[in-house]
Amino acid sequence: MKVEELKRKANDIRKDIIREVYLASSGHPGGSLSAADIFTVLYFDKMNIDPANPADPNRDRFVLSKGHCAPGYYAALAERGFFDREELDHLREFGHILQGHPDCKHIPGVDMSSGSLGQGISSAVGMALSAKLQKRPSRVYTLLGDGELEEGQVWEAAMFAAAKKLGNLTVIVDNNNLQIDGPLSEVNSPYPIDEKFRSFGFDVSVVEDGNDIEALKAALDSAGSEDIPRAIIACTTKGKGVSFMENQAGWHGKAPNEAQMKAALDELEAEGELS
Amino acid sequence: MSDIATRVSYGNALKELGASAENLVVLDADLAGATMTKTFKDEYPDRFIDCGIAESNMMGVAAGLARDGLVPFVSTFAIFAAGRAFEQVRNSVCYPNLNVKIGATHAGISVGEDGATHQAIEDIALMRAVPNMTVISPADDVEARAAVRAAYEWQGPVYLRFGRLAAPKVYEEDGFEFEIGKGHLLRSGKDLTLIATGLEVSQALGAASLLAEQGIEAEVIDIATIKPLDDALILESVKKTGRAVTVEEHSVIGGLGSAICELLAGCEPVPVCRIGINDEFGQSGKGWQLIEKYGLDQNGIAEKTLEFLQSLQKG
Repeated sequence: MKVEELKRKANDIRKDIIREVYLASSGHPGGSLSAADIFTVLYFDKMNIDPANPADPNRDRFVLSKGHCAPGYYAALAERGFFDREELDHLREFGHILQGHPDCKHIPGVDMSSGSLGQGISSAVGMALSAKLQKRPSRVYTLLGDGELEEGQVWEAAMFAAAKKLGNLTVIVDNNNLQIDGPLSEVNSPYPIDEKFRSFGFDVSVVEDGNDIEALKAALDSAGSEDIPRAIIACTTKGKGVSFMENQAGWHGKAPNEAQMKAALDELEAEGELS
Repeated sequence: MSDIATRVSYGNALKELGASAENLVVLDADLAGATMTKTFKDEYPDRFIDCGIAESNMMGVAAGLARDGLVPFVSTFAIFAAGRAFEQVRNSVCYPNLNVKIGATHAGISVGEDGATHQAIEDIALMRAVPNMTVISPADDVEARAAVRAAYEWQGPVYLRFGRLAAPKVYEEDGFEFEIGKGHLLRSGKDLTLIATGLEVSQALGAASLLAEQGIEAEVIDIATIKPLDDALILESVKKTGRAVTVEEHSVIGGLGSAICELLAGCEPVPVCRIGINDEFGQSGKGWQLIEKYGLDQNGIAEKTLEFLQSLQKG
Protein backbone atom coordinates (compact mmCIF):
# COMPACT_ATOMS: atom_id res chain seq x y z
CA MET A 1 0.00 0.00 0.00
CA LYS A 2 1.18 3.53 -0.81
CA VAL A 3 2.42 5.73 2.00
CA GLU A 4 -0.42 8.23 1.60
CA GLU A 5 -3.00 5.47 1.86
CA LEU A 6 -1.25 4.04 4.89
CA LYS A 7 -1.34 7.45 6.55
CA ARG A 8 -5.08 7.67 5.98
CA LYS A 9 -5.48 4.17 7.40
CA ALA A 10 -3.50 5.11 10.51
CA ASN A 11 -5.76 8.11 10.91
CA ASP A 12 -8.84 5.87 10.64
CA ILE A 13 -7.37 3.56 13.27
CA ARG A 14 -6.79 6.52 15.61
CA LYS A 15 -10.40 7.59 15.26
CA ASP A 16 -11.50 4.02 15.96
CA ILE A 17 -9.35 3.98 19.11
CA ILE A 18 -10.97 7.14 20.45
CA ARG A 19 -14.49 5.87 19.72
CA GLU A 20 -13.79 2.41 21.15
CA VAL A 21 -12.36 3.65 24.42
CA TYR A 22 -15.03 6.35 24.76
CA LEU A 23 -17.84 3.79 24.29
CA ALA A 24 -16.16 1.32 26.66
CA SER A 25 -15.55 4.06 29.25
CA SER A 26 -12.23 2.37 29.91
CA GLY A 27 -9.18 1.09 28.06
CA HIS A 28 -5.79 2.33 27.00
CA PRO A 29 -5.73 5.17 24.46
CA GLY A 30 -2.18 6.51 25.03
CA GLY A 31 -0.18 3.47 23.94
CA SER A 32 -2.75 2.51 21.30
CA LEU A 33 -2.28 5.91 19.64
CA SER A 34 1.52 5.75 19.84
CA ALA A 35 1.45 2.34 18.14
CA ALA A 36 -1.23 3.13 15.52
CA ASP A 37 1.33 3.65 12.77
CA ILE A 38 3.09 0.41 13.67
CA PHE A 39 -0.21 -1.53 13.51
CA THR A 40 -0.93 0.11 10.16
CA VAL A 41 2.38 -0.73 8.52
CA LEU A 42 2.22 -4.32 9.77
CA TYR A 43 -1.39 -5.07 8.87
CA PHE A 44 -1.70 -3.05 5.66
CA ASP A 45 1.73 -3.35 4.18
CA LYS A 46 4.14 -5.77 5.69
CA MET A 47 2.44 -8.91 6.95
CA ASN A 48 1.53 -11.85 4.76
CA ILE A 49 -2.02 -12.43 6.00
CA ASP A 50 -5.42 -13.17 4.57
CA PRO A 51 -8.52 -12.18 6.57
CA ALA A 52 -10.47 -14.84 4.65
CA ASN A 53 -8.07 -17.51 5.86
CA PRO A 54 -6.88 -16.39 9.31
CA ALA A 55 -5.55 -19.87 10.19
CA ASP A 56 -3.30 -20.30 7.15
CA PRO A 57 -0.25 -22.12 8.59
CA ASN A 58 2.10 -20.19 6.32
CA ARG A 59 0.83 -16.74 7.35
CA ASP A 60 2.93 -14.24 9.25
CA ARG A 61 2.11 -13.95 12.95
CA PHE A 62 1.73 -11.01 15.28
CA VAL A 63 1.68 -11.06 19.07
CA LEU A 64 0.72 -7.89 20.91
CA SER A 65 2.95 -8.37 23.91
CA LYS A 66 1.81 -4.97 25.23
CA GLY A 67 -1.68 -6.43 25.25
CA HIS A 68 -3.32 -3.41 26.90
CA CYS A 69 -3.05 -1.59 23.56
CA ALA A 70 -5.82 -3.85 22.29
CA PRO A 71 -7.97 -0.91 21.11
CA GLY A 72 -5.37 -0.09 18.45
CA TYR A 73 -4.86 -3.73 17.56
CA TYR A 74 -8.60 -4.41 17.27
CA ALA A 75 -9.05 -1.34 15.09
CA ALA A 76 -6.33 -2.59 12.72
CA LEU A 77 -7.87 -6.09 12.59
CA ALA A 78 -11.35 -4.70 11.95
CA GLU A 79 -10.12 -2.23 9.32
CA ARG A 80 -8.28 -5.11 7.65
CA GLY A 81 -11.48 -7.17 7.57
CA PHE A 82 -10.88 -9.87 10.18
CA PHE A 83 -14.20 -9.06 11.84
CA ASP A 84 -17.10 -6.63 11.55
CA ARG A 85 -16.25 -3.03 12.46
CA GLU A 86 -19.47 -2.97 14.45
CA GLU A 87 -17.66 -5.04 17.12
CA LEU A 88 -15.46 -2.02 17.86
CA ASP A 89 -18.51 -0.38 19.48
CA HIS A 90 -18.51 -3.17 22.08
CA LEU A 91 -14.96 -3.17 23.39
CA ARG A 92 -14.79 -4.60 26.93
CA GLU A 93 -18.52 -5.15 26.91
CA PHE A 94 -20.18 -8.16 28.54
CA GLY A 95 -21.22 -10.78 26.01
CA HIS A 96 -19.02 -9.45 23.18
CA ILE A 97 -15.82 -10.79 21.72
CA LEU A 98 -13.45 -7.85 22.22
CA GLN A 99 -12.00 -8.60 25.64
CA GLY A 100 -10.01 -6.03 27.59
CA HIS A 101 -6.86 -7.80 26.44
CA PRO A 102 -6.37 -9.91 23.27
CA ASP A 103 -8.11 -13.31 23.33
CA CYS A 104 -7.08 -15.69 20.55
CA LYS A 105 -9.91 -18.10 21.32
CA HIS A 106 -12.67 -15.69 20.36
CA ILE A 107 -11.29 -12.86 18.23
CA PRO A 108 -10.63 -13.63 14.55
CA GLY A 109 -7.11 -12.68 13.53
CA VAL A 110 -5.65 -12.63 17.03
CA ASP A 111 -2.69 -15.03 16.96
CA MET A 112 -2.13 -15.19 20.72
CA SER A 113 -3.84 -14.18 23.92
CA SER A 114 -1.71 -11.67 25.74
CA GLY A 115 -1.79 -8.87 28.24
CA SER A 116 0.33 -9.97 31.16
CA LEU A 117 3.45 -8.01 30.32
CA GLY A 118 6.57 -9.93 29.36
CA GLN A 119 4.71 -13.04 28.26
CA GLY A 120 3.77 -12.21 24.66
CA ILE A 121 7.35 -12.07 23.44
CA SER A 122 7.94 -15.64 24.67
CA SER A 123 4.98 -17.01 22.75
CA ALA A 124 6.13 -15.06 19.67
CA VAL A 125 9.54 -16.66 20.08
CA GLY A 126 7.79 -20.05 20.33
CA MET A 127 5.95 -19.36 17.07
CA ALA A 128 9.19 -18.33 15.34
CA LEU A 129 10.85 -21.49 16.59
CA SER A 130 7.88 -23.54 15.37
CA ALA A 131 8.10 -21.99 11.88
CA LYS A 132 11.78 -22.86 11.81
CA LEU A 133 11.22 -26.44 13.03
CA GLN A 134 8.40 -26.96 10.55
CA LYS A 135 10.23 -25.16 7.72
CA ARG A 136 7.49 -22.63 7.15
CA PRO A 137 8.10 -19.21 5.60
CA SER A 138 6.28 -17.32 8.36
CA ARG A 139 7.78 -14.23 9.97
CA VAL A 140 6.70 -13.47 13.52
CA TYR A 141 6.27 -9.91 14.75
CA THR A 142 5.73 -8.88 18.32
CA LEU A 143 5.12 -5.43 19.74
CA LEU A 144 6.38 -4.59 23.21
CA GLY A 145 5.95 -1.53 25.34
CA ASP A 146 9.09 0.20 26.58
CA GLY A 147 7.94 -0.09 30.19
CA GLU A 148 7.36 -3.79 29.50
CA LEU A 149 11.11 -4.16 29.06
CA GLU A 150 11.33 -3.95 32.85
CA GLU A 151 9.92 -7.49 33.00
CA GLY A 152 12.73 -10.04 33.29
CA GLN A 153 10.97 -12.51 31.02
CA VAL A 154 11.56 -10.18 28.05
CA TRP A 155 15.29 -10.73 28.41
CA GLU A 156 14.93 -14.47 28.92
CA ALA A 157 13.05 -14.51 25.62
CA ALA A 158 15.57 -12.22 23.88
CA MET A 159 18.52 -14.36 25.00
CA PHE A 160 16.77 -17.50 23.80
CA ALA A 161 15.74 -16.03 20.41
CA ALA A 162 19.30 -15.08 19.60
CA ALA A 163 20.73 -18.37 20.90
CA LYS A 164 18.32 -20.34 18.70
CA LYS A 165 19.12 -18.09 15.71
CA LEU A 166 15.52 -17.03 15.12
CA GLY A 167 16.10 -14.74 12.15
CA ASN A 168 12.35 -14.92 11.41
CA LEU A 169 11.51 -12.91 14.52
CA THR A 170 11.03 -9.14 14.60
CA VAL A 171 10.61 -7.50 17.98
CA ILE A 172 9.25 -3.96 17.82
CA VAL A 173 9.46 -1.70 20.86
CA ASP A 174 6.94 1.12 21.11
CA ASN A 175 9.32 3.51 22.84
CA ASN A 176 6.98 6.33 23.90
CA ASN A 177 9.00 6.93 27.05
CA LEU A 178 6.04 6.94 29.43
CA GLN A 179 4.67 4.28 31.75
CA ILE A 180 1.80 4.48 34.22
CA ASP A 181 3.78 6.11 37.01
CA GLY A 182 5.58 8.57 34.75
CA PRO A 183 8.65 8.84 32.49
CA LEU A 184 10.57 5.57 32.24
CA SER A 185 13.75 7.01 33.71
CA GLU A 186 11.86 8.14 36.82
CA VAL A 187 10.40 4.67 37.39
CA ASN A 188 13.00 2.03 36.50
CA SER A 189 14.92 2.81 33.35
CA PRO A 190 15.27 0.08 30.73
CA TYR A 191 17.64 2.39 28.77
CA PRO A 192 19.77 2.05 26.71
CA ILE A 193 17.25 -0.14 24.89
CA ASP A 194 19.15 -0.43 21.58
CA GLU A 195 22.39 -1.44 23.26
CA LYS A 196 20.60 -3.97 25.43
CA PHE A 197 19.05 -5.73 22.45
CA ARG A 198 22.35 -5.51 20.55
CA SER A 199 24.22 -7.13 23.42
CA PHE A 200 21.55 -9.84 23.55
CA GLY A 201 22.42 -10.72 19.97
CA PHE A 202 19.82 -8.79 17.97
CA ASP A 203 20.18 -6.84 14.77
CA VAL A 204 18.87 -3.47 15.99
CA SER A 205 17.42 -0.50 14.11
CA VAL A 206 16.28 2.67 15.80
CA VAL A 207 13.48 4.57 14.09
CA GLU A 208 13.90 8.14 15.28
CA ASP A 209 10.29 8.99 14.48
CA GLY A 210 8.31 5.86 15.14
CA ASN A 211 5.12 7.62 14.07
CA ASP A 212 6.51 8.23 10.59
CA ILE A 213 4.97 5.60 8.32
CA GLU A 214 7.72 5.89 5.73
CA ALA A 215 10.50 5.45 8.28
CA LEU A 216 8.73 2.47 9.87
CA LYS A 217 8.21 0.91 6.46
CA ALA A 218 11.88 1.36 5.60
CA ALA A 219 13.00 -0.25 8.86
CA LEU A 220 10.64 -3.20 8.44
CA ASP A 221 11.51 -3.60 4.76
CA SER A 222 15.27 -3.74 5.21
CA ALA A 223 16.53 -7.26 4.74
CA GLY A 224 17.91 -8.93 7.83
CA SER A 225 20.02 -12.00 8.41
CA GLU A 226 18.50 -15.47 8.39
CA ASP A 227 20.10 -16.30 11.70
CA ILE A 228 19.76 -13.10 13.70
CA PRO A 229 16.53 -11.86 15.26
CA ARG A 230 15.65 -8.22 14.65
CA ALA A 231 14.69 -5.48 17.05
CA ILE A 232 13.18 -2.21 15.89
CA ILE A 233 13.11 0.50 18.50
CA ALA A 234 10.38 2.89 17.38
CA CYS A 235 10.65 6.23 19.19
CA THR A 236 7.04 7.28 19.35
CA THR A 237 4.83 9.84 21.03
CA LYS A 238 2.35 8.52 23.55
CA GLY A 239 -1.15 9.71 22.65
CA LYS A 240 0.04 10.66 19.14
CA GLY A 241 -2.50 12.56 17.05
CA VAL A 242 -4.59 13.99 19.86
CA SER A 243 -2.87 17.10 21.14
CA PHE A 244 -4.15 16.97 24.70
CA MET A 245 -3.22 13.30 25.05
CA GLU A 246 0.29 13.59 23.64
CA ASN A 247 3.11 12.90 26.10
CA GLN A 248 0.70 12.65 29.01
CA ALA A 249 1.15 9.58 31.24
CA GLY A 250 -2.36 10.26 32.55
CA TRP A 251 -3.85 9.06 29.24
CA HIS A 252 -2.26 5.65 29.58
CA GLY A 253 -5.42 3.98 30.77
CA LYS A 254 -8.21 6.56 30.86
CA ALA A 255 -11.24 7.02 28.65
CA PRO A 256 -12.15 10.46 27.28
CA ASN A 257 -15.47 12.04 28.26
CA GLU A 258 -17.90 13.09 25.55
CA ALA A 259 -16.41 16.54 25.02
CA GLN A 260 -12.87 15.15 24.94
CA MET A 261 -13.95 12.43 22.52
CA LYS A 262 -15.49 15.02 20.17
CA ALA A 263 -12.44 17.28 20.39
CA ALA A 264 -10.14 14.34 19.68
CA LEU A 265 -12.20 13.19 16.70
CA ASP A 266 -12.37 16.76 15.30
CA GLU A 267 -8.61 17.00 15.53
CA LEU A 268 -8.08 13.64 13.84
CA GLU A 269 -10.67 14.49 11.18
CA ALA A 270 -8.83 17.70 10.34
CA GLU A 271 -5.51 15.84 10.27
CA GLY A 272 -7.03 13.21 7.96
CA GLU A 273 -8.19 15.87 5.51
CA LEU A 274 -4.70 17.37 5.38
CA SER A 275 -3.01 14.06 4.58
CA MET B 1 10.52 -55.04 36.63
CA SER B 2 11.94 -53.41 39.73
CA ASP B 3 10.79 -50.16 41.28
CA ILE B 4 11.33 -47.19 38.96
CA ALA B 5 11.14 -43.45 39.59
CA THR B 6 8.25 -41.93 37.68
CA ARG B 7 10.62 -39.31 36.22
CA VAL B 8 12.44 -42.20 34.54
CA SER B 9 9.10 -43.50 33.28
CA TYR B 10 8.47 -40.00 31.88
CA GLY B 11 11.66 -40.03 29.83
CA ASN B 12 11.00 -43.55 28.59
CA ALA B 13 7.41 -42.77 27.64
CA LEU B 14 8.49 -39.67 25.71
CA LYS B 15 11.00 -41.70 23.78
CA GLU B 16 8.41 -44.36 22.98
CA LEU B 17 5.87 -41.76 21.89
CA GLY B 18 8.46 -39.90 19.84
CA ALA B 19 8.60 -42.71 17.30
CA SER B 20 5.05 -42.18 16.07
CA ALA B 21 4.12 -38.73 17.41
CA GLU B 22 5.94 -36.48 14.98
CA ASN B 23 4.38 -33.29 16.36
CA LEU B 24 5.74 -33.98 19.83
CA VAL B 25 8.57 -31.73 21.00
CA VAL B 26 10.27 -31.73 24.39
CA LEU B 27 11.46 -28.62 26.22
CA ASP B 28 13.69 -28.58 29.26
CA ALA B 29 15.36 -25.95 31.41
CA ASP B 30 18.88 -27.29 31.82
CA LEU B 31 17.72 -30.35 33.77
CA ALA B 32 17.50 -33.03 31.09
CA GLY B 33 19.64 -35.45 33.10
CA ALA B 34 17.39 -35.06 36.14
CA THR B 35 13.94 -34.81 34.57
CA MET B 36 15.09 -37.70 32.34
CA THR B 37 14.06 -35.97 29.12
CA LYS B 38 17.62 -36.85 28.16
CA THR B 39 16.20 -40.23 27.16
CA PHE B 40 14.15 -38.45 24.48
CA LYS B 41 16.93 -36.01 23.60
CA ASP B 42 19.39 -38.81 22.81
CA GLU B 43 16.93 -40.37 20.37
CA TYR B 44 15.36 -37.23 18.86
CA PRO B 45 17.82 -34.34 19.24
CA ASP B 46 16.05 -32.26 16.57
CA ARG B 47 12.85 -32.24 18.58
CA PHE B 48 14.49 -31.44 21.90
CA ILE B 49 14.75 -27.77 22.86
CA ASP B 50 16.93 -26.78 25.76
CA CYS B 51 15.62 -23.46 27.02
CA GLY B 52 18.29 -22.96 29.64
CA ILE B 53 17.60 -21.75 33.14
CA ALA B 54 14.63 -19.59 32.20
CA GLU B 55 11.39 -21.36 33.06
CA SER B 56 9.05 -18.42 32.55
CA ASN B 57 10.22 -18.01 28.96
CA MET B 58 10.15 -21.77 28.44
CA MET B 59 6.46 -21.91 29.33
CA GLY B 60 5.70 -19.06 26.92
CA VAL B 61 7.74 -20.65 24.14
CA ALA B 62 5.74 -23.85 24.68
CA ALA B 63 2.53 -21.84 24.34
CA GLY B 64 3.75 -20.44 21.02
CA LEU B 65 4.71 -23.89 19.76
CA ALA B 66 1.33 -25.31 20.78
CA ARG B 67 -0.53 -22.43 19.16
CA ASP B 68 1.20 -23.47 15.97
CA GLY B 69 0.10 -27.11 16.15
CA LEU B 70 2.99 -28.82 17.92
CA VAL B 71 2.56 -30.77 21.18
CA PRO B 72 5.23 -29.55 23.59
CA PHE B 73 6.10 -31.44 26.76
CA VAL B 74 7.65 -28.82 29.03
CA SER B 75 9.92 -30.28 31.66
CA THR B 76 11.52 -29.00 34.81
CA PHE B 77 11.22 -29.51 38.56
CA ALA B 78 7.70 -29.07 39.95
CA ILE B 79 8.79 -26.13 42.08
CA PHE B 80 9.72 -24.18 38.93
CA ALA B 81 6.98 -25.47 36.61
CA ALA B 82 4.10 -24.73 38.97
CA GLY B 83 5.82 -22.14 41.15
CA ARG B 84 8.21 -19.97 39.17
CA ALA B 85 6.17 -20.15 35.99
CA PHE B 86 2.72 -20.14 37.59
CA GLU B 87 1.46 -17.04 35.88
CA GLN B 88 2.83 -18.10 32.51
CA VAL B 89 0.98 -21.40 32.93
CA ARG B 90 -2.17 -19.51 33.82
CA ASN B 91 -2.12 -16.73 31.23
CA SER B 92 -0.07 -18.06 28.31
CA VAL B 93 -1.13 -21.73 28.46
CA CYS B 94 -4.44 -22.24 30.25
CA TYR B 95 -6.33 -19.06 29.34
CA PRO B 96 -5.92 -19.77 25.61
CA ASN B 97 -6.40 -23.49 26.43
CA LEU B 98 -3.29 -24.50 24.52
CA ASN B 99 -2.14 -28.06 24.07
CA VAL B 100 0.87 -27.84 26.38
CA LYS B 101 1.87 -30.78 28.60
CA ILE B 102 3.88 -29.97 31.69
CA GLY B 103 6.13 -32.77 32.93
CA ALA B 104 6.94 -31.66 36.47
CA THR B 105 9.48 -33.89 38.16
CA HIS B 106 10.99 -33.87 41.66
CA ALA B 107 7.62 -33.14 43.25
CA GLY B 108 7.03 -33.43 46.98
CA ILE B 109 9.44 -33.83 49.87
CA SER B 110 10.88 -37.08 48.54
CA VAL B 111 13.20 -34.81 46.52
CA GLY B 112 15.28 -35.33 49.64
CA GLU B 113 18.73 -33.84 50.07
CA ASP B 114 18.15 -30.62 48.10
CA GLY B 115 15.87 -29.50 50.90
CA ALA B 116 12.87 -27.21 51.23
CA THR B 117 13.67 -24.80 48.39
CA HIS B 118 13.34 -27.60 45.87
CA GLN B 119 10.49 -29.57 47.43
CA ALA B 120 7.22 -28.60 45.76
CA ILE B 121 4.41 -29.25 48.22
CA GLU B 122 1.96 -26.69 46.82
CA ASP B 123 1.99 -27.56 43.12
CA ILE B 124 -1.23 -29.59 43.04
CA ALA B 125 -3.04 -26.75 44.80
CA LEU B 126 -1.70 -24.19 42.32
CA MET B 127 -2.31 -26.22 39.19
CA ARG B 128 -5.77 -27.52 39.96
CA ALA B 129 -7.01 -24.01 40.70
CA VAL B 130 -6.45 -22.91 37.11
CA PRO B 131 -9.34 -23.34 34.64
CA ASN B 132 -8.74 -25.72 31.69
CA MET B 133 -5.90 -27.51 33.51
CA THR B 134 -5.89 -31.29 34.03
CA VAL B 135 -3.74 -32.59 36.91
CA ILE B 136 -2.30 -36.11 36.98
CA SER B 137 -0.09 -37.66 39.66
CA PRO B 138 0.72 -41.27 38.75
CA ALA B 139 1.60 -43.93 41.32
CA ASP B 140 4.27 -46.01 39.63
CA ASP B 141 6.09 -46.76 36.41
CA VAL B 142 3.20 -48.49 34.65
CA GLU B 143 0.74 -45.75 35.51
CA ALA B 144 3.23 -42.96 34.74
CA ARG B 145 3.94 -44.20 31.23
CA ALA B 146 0.23 -44.66 30.58
CA ALA B 147 -0.42 -41.15 31.89
CA VAL B 148 2.13 -39.63 29.50
CA ARG B 149 0.48 -41.40 26.56
CA ALA B 150 -2.97 -40.27 27.72
CA ALA B 151 -1.74 -36.69 28.17
CA TYR B 152 -0.46 -36.69 24.61
CA GLU B 153 -3.86 -37.82 23.31
CA TRP B 154 -5.73 -35.30 25.49
CA GLN B 155 -6.62 -31.93 23.97
CA GLY B 156 -5.58 -29.12 26.29
CA PRO B 157 -3.11 -28.40 29.06
CA VAL B 158 -2.06 -31.22 31.38
CA TYR B 159 0.12 -31.06 34.50
CA LEU B 160 1.94 -34.36 35.10
CA ARG B 161 3.50 -34.80 38.53
CA PHE B 162 6.48 -37.11 38.82
CA GLY B 163 8.82 -38.09 41.65
CA ARG B 164 12.54 -38.41 42.07
CA LEU B 165 12.58 -41.62 44.15
CA ALA B 166 12.05 -45.10 42.78
CA ALA B 167 8.31 -45.64 43.21
CA PRO B 168 7.31 -49.07 44.58
CA LYS B 169 5.52 -51.08 41.95
CA VAL B 170 1.72 -51.00 42.19
CA TYR B 171 0.53 -52.20 38.80
CA GLU B 172 1.23 -55.02 36.37
CA GLU B 173 1.58 -53.95 32.78
CA ASP B 174 -0.74 -56.67 31.53
CA GLY B 175 -4.35 -55.62 31.53
CA PHE B 176 -3.63 -52.16 32.97
CA GLU B 177 -5.95 -49.49 31.69
CA PHE B 178 -5.61 -45.79 32.20
CA GLU B 179 -8.16 -43.13 31.47
CA ILE B 180 -7.83 -39.48 32.48
CA GLY B 181 -10.42 -38.78 35.17
CA LYS B 182 -10.74 -42.40 36.28
CA GLY B 183 -9.26 -43.74 39.51
CA HIS B 184 -8.41 -47.32 40.38
CA LEU B 185 -9.94 -49.35 43.18
CA LEU B 186 -6.98 -51.35 44.49
CA ARG B 187 -8.37 -53.04 47.58
CA SER B 188 -11.88 -53.53 48.90
CA GLY B 189 -12.87 -52.86 52.47
CA LYS B 190 -15.86 -51.73 54.48
CA ASP B 191 -14.43 -49.70 57.38
CA LEU B 192 -12.91 -46.69 55.67
CA THR B 193 -11.70 -45.41 52.31
CA LEU B 194 -8.01 -44.67 51.90
CA ILE B 195 -7.55 -42.37 48.94
CA ALA B 196 -3.97 -41.77 47.81
CA THR B 197 -2.04 -40.29 44.92
CA GLY B 198 1.48 -40.62 43.49
CA LEU B 199 4.13 -42.34 45.56
CA GLU B 200 1.64 -42.53 48.45
CA VAL B 201 -0.49 -45.12 46.67
CA SER B 202 2.05 -47.84 47.49
CA GLN B 203 2.26 -46.61 51.07
CA ALA B 204 -1.52 -46.56 51.45
CA LEU B 205 -1.65 -50.18 50.25
CA GLY B 206 0.98 -51.09 52.83
CA ALA B 207 -0.98 -49.25 55.51
CA ALA B 208 -4.14 -51.14 54.54
CA SER B 209 -2.29 -54.42 55.15
CA LEU B 210 -1.15 -53.20 58.56
CA LEU B 211 -4.67 -52.09 59.43
CA ALA B 212 -6.04 -55.48 58.34
CA GLU B 213 -3.83 -57.11 60.95
CA GLN B 214 -5.84 -55.14 63.49
CA GLY B 215 -9.14 -56.15 61.97
CA ILE B 216 -9.74 -52.92 60.06
CA GLU B 217 -10.74 -53.33 56.45
CA ALA B 218 -9.63 -50.32 54.45
CA GLU B 219 -10.71 -49.78 50.87
CA VAL B 220 -7.82 -48.29 48.85
CA ILE B 221 -8.31 -46.02 45.86
CA ASP B 222 -5.59 -44.60 43.61
CA ILE B 223 -6.56 -41.16 42.39
CA ALA B 224 -4.02 -40.37 39.70
CA THR B 225 -6.16 -37.70 38.08
CA ILE B 226 -6.74 -35.10 40.76
CA LYS B 227 -8.57 -32.92 38.26
CA PRO B 228 -11.04 -33.88 36.96
CA LEU B 229 -11.76 -36.07 39.97
CA ASP B 230 -13.41 -39.50 39.66
CA ASP B 231 -16.46 -38.44 41.67
CA ALA B 232 -18.39 -41.66 41.05
CA LEU B 233 -15.68 -44.01 42.30
CA ILE B 234 -15.02 -41.95 45.42
CA LEU B 235 -18.69 -41.47 46.30
CA GLU B 236 -19.53 -45.13 45.80
CA SER B 237 -16.78 -46.14 48.21
CA VAL B 238 -17.44 -43.48 50.82
CA LYS B 239 -21.18 -44.22 50.84
CA LYS B 240 -20.21 -47.74 51.86
CA THR B 241 -17.46 -46.95 54.39
CA GLY B 242 -18.69 -43.66 55.85
CA ARG B 243 -15.22 -42.17 56.38
CA ALA B 244 -12.18 -41.27 54.33
CA VAL B 245 -8.46 -40.78 54.77
CA THR B 246 -6.53 -38.97 52.04
CA VAL B 247 -2.79 -39.41 51.57
CA GLU B 248 -0.49 -37.25 49.48
CA GLU B 249 3.07 -36.06 49.36
CA HIS B 250 1.84 -32.47 49.26
CA SER B 251 0.53 -29.86 51.67
CA VAL B 252 -2.76 -30.73 53.33
CA ILE B 253 -3.90 -27.35 52.02
CA GLY B 254 -5.21 -27.39 48.48
CA GLY B 255 -4.16 -30.82 47.24
CA LEU B 256 -5.87 -34.20 46.93
CA GLY B 257 -7.29 -34.00 50.47
CA SER B 258 -8.85 -30.64 49.77
CA ALA B 259 -10.26 -31.84 46.46
CA ILE B 260 -11.88 -34.83 48.18
CA CYS B 261 -13.29 -32.63 50.95
CA GLU B 262 -14.73 -30.23 48.36
CA LEU B 263 -16.49 -33.16 46.70
CA LEU B 264 -17.77 -34.80 49.88
CA ALA B 265 -18.87 -31.56 51.55
CA GLY B 266 -21.28 -31.03 48.70
CA CYS B 267 -23.00 -34.40 48.57
CA GLU B 268 -21.70 -36.96 51.06
CA PRO B 269 -20.45 -35.19 54.17
CA VAL B 270 -18.46 -37.79 56.08
CA PRO B 271 -15.46 -37.33 58.40
CA VAL B 272 -12.20 -36.96 56.45
CA CYS B 273 -8.65 -37.16 57.74
CA ARG B 274 -6.11 -35.48 55.45
CA ILE B 275 -2.62 -36.92 55.65
CA GLY B 276 0.07 -34.81 54.01
CA ILE B 277 2.54 -32.08 54.87
CA ASN B 278 0.98 -30.07 57.67
CA ASP B 279 1.50 -26.48 56.52
CA GLU B 280 5.24 -26.51 57.01
CA PHE B 281 8.37 -26.61 54.86
CA GLY B 282 10.44 -29.74 54.37
CA GLN B 283 14.16 -30.13 55.03
CA SER B 284 17.23 -31.99 53.78
CA GLY B 285 17.54 -35.71 54.27
CA LYS B 286 17.19 -38.91 52.30
CA GLY B 287 13.90 -39.18 50.46
CA TRP B 288 12.52 -42.15 52.35
CA GLN B 289 13.80 -40.70 55.62
CA LEU B 290 11.66 -37.62 54.99
CA ILE B 291 8.65 -39.67 53.93
CA GLU B 292 8.90 -41.39 57.31
CA LYS B 293 9.60 -38.20 59.25
CA TYR B 294 6.44 -36.57 57.90
CA GLY B 295 4.34 -39.65 58.60
CA LEU B 296 3.85 -40.54 54.96
CA ASP B 297 5.21 -44.10 55.04
CA GLN B 298 2.90 -47.08 55.55
CA ASN B 299 3.46 -47.11 59.31
CA GLY B 300 2.77 -43.39 59.67
CA ILE B 301 -0.39 -43.68 57.59
CA ALA B 302 -1.65 -46.68 59.58
CA GLU B 303 -0.95 -44.91 62.86
CA LYS B 304 -2.69 -41.70 61.81
CA THR B 305 -5.64 -43.69 60.48
CA LEU B 306 -6.04 -45.51 63.79
CA GLU B 307 -5.95 -42.21 65.67
CA PHE B 308 -8.60 -40.87 63.33
CA LEU B 309 -10.84 -43.88 63.83
CA GLN B 310 -10.40 -43.65 67.60
CA SER B 311 -11.24 -39.94 67.61
CA LEU B 312 -14.45 -40.75 65.75
CA GLN B 313 -15.39 -43.38 68.34
CA LYS B 314 -14.80 -40.92 71.17
CA GLY B 315 -16.82 -38.27 69.36
